[in-house]
Amino acid sequence: MDSAHSEDIQKHVRKYVVVFVALLALTLVTVAVSYLDLSKTGAIVVALIIATVKGSLVATYFMHLISEKRMIYMSLILTAVFFAVLMGLPLFHHADPIIYK
Amino acid sequence: MEIPYTVDPRPDTGLFNAKMGIWLFLASEVMLFGALFTTYILLRVGATEWPHHELDIPLATLNTAVLISSSITMVMAWASLMMKKFNRYKLYMGLTFLAGVAFLVIKGFEYGHHFATGELPEKTTFLAIYFTMTGLHGLHVIGGMIVNGYFWGPGSKMWKTEPERFTNRIEVAGLYWHFVDLVWIFLFPVLYLL
Repeated sequence: MDSAHSEDIQKHVRKYVVVFVALLALTLVTVAVSYLDLSKTGAIVVALIIATVKGSLVATYFMHLISEKRMIYMSLILTAVFFAVLMGLPLFHHADPIIYK
Repeated sequence: MEIPYTVDPRPDTGLFNAKMGIWLFLASEVMLFGALFTTYILLRVGATEWPHHELDIPLATLNTAVLISSSITMVMAWASLMMKKFNRYKLYMGLTFLAGVAFLVIKGFEYGHHFATGELPEKTTFLAIYFTMTGLHGLHVIGGMIVNGYFWGPGSKMWKTEPERFTNRIEVAGLYWHFVDLVWIFLFPVLYLL
């Protein structure tokens, strides 16, 4: 039982190494892309997509969200909703034409 | 009184208490940094000019690599305890701590350069939000290093008496440390590259 458990962890360790290499590679990619002559919007979209992929890799594997208990997912869904409101509200405010008339 | 559910999962959450606790704390941290990211967006959208590629990108790329490396050594420290290899744990936790030191030294060089050339928070909107965000992040790194240093040193005595509880402590410290890495993964492109 104990050795099977240890083998299990070994498998995880291999995944951690793959994630680590992917994170380093994506860091170089995002730096390289920032030197390309993309439009401002294009550059922001690409950089944020890469950052989101990297962040998801960290959360999924290093923070074990790939196999967590329901209670944690529930709290994080709630957090995501509030985070979206936080990011969205000021933008709605900014887009309100009345303020700028 | 004994602290409940340090090892066994609490029946209603299915988790040991510290893990539920750290995730709730991290949820509040998402809102803290989220507020600053929102601030950044508003300031940038409202600014007449915004610097592009004026910070030291090679140095910040190196620092990103340092922090990512510290994340894998942190998770390896936990995995070593799961495999009951305490010496390996000490090695990986020590490396995690040293990577934290390296990150702060590199950031210190950057700050030193800013101060020497008069790039102070009061000069531009960009510098104001740059110092606020990287400063708060730096404080989080220092906080994590204090915890990691304690668990590398005096705190590691618990391994002899309560190994499972100690392993859980390292998992929780790791969750925090990975979060600090995760915040930097967004700070790096937002402040340095865009």
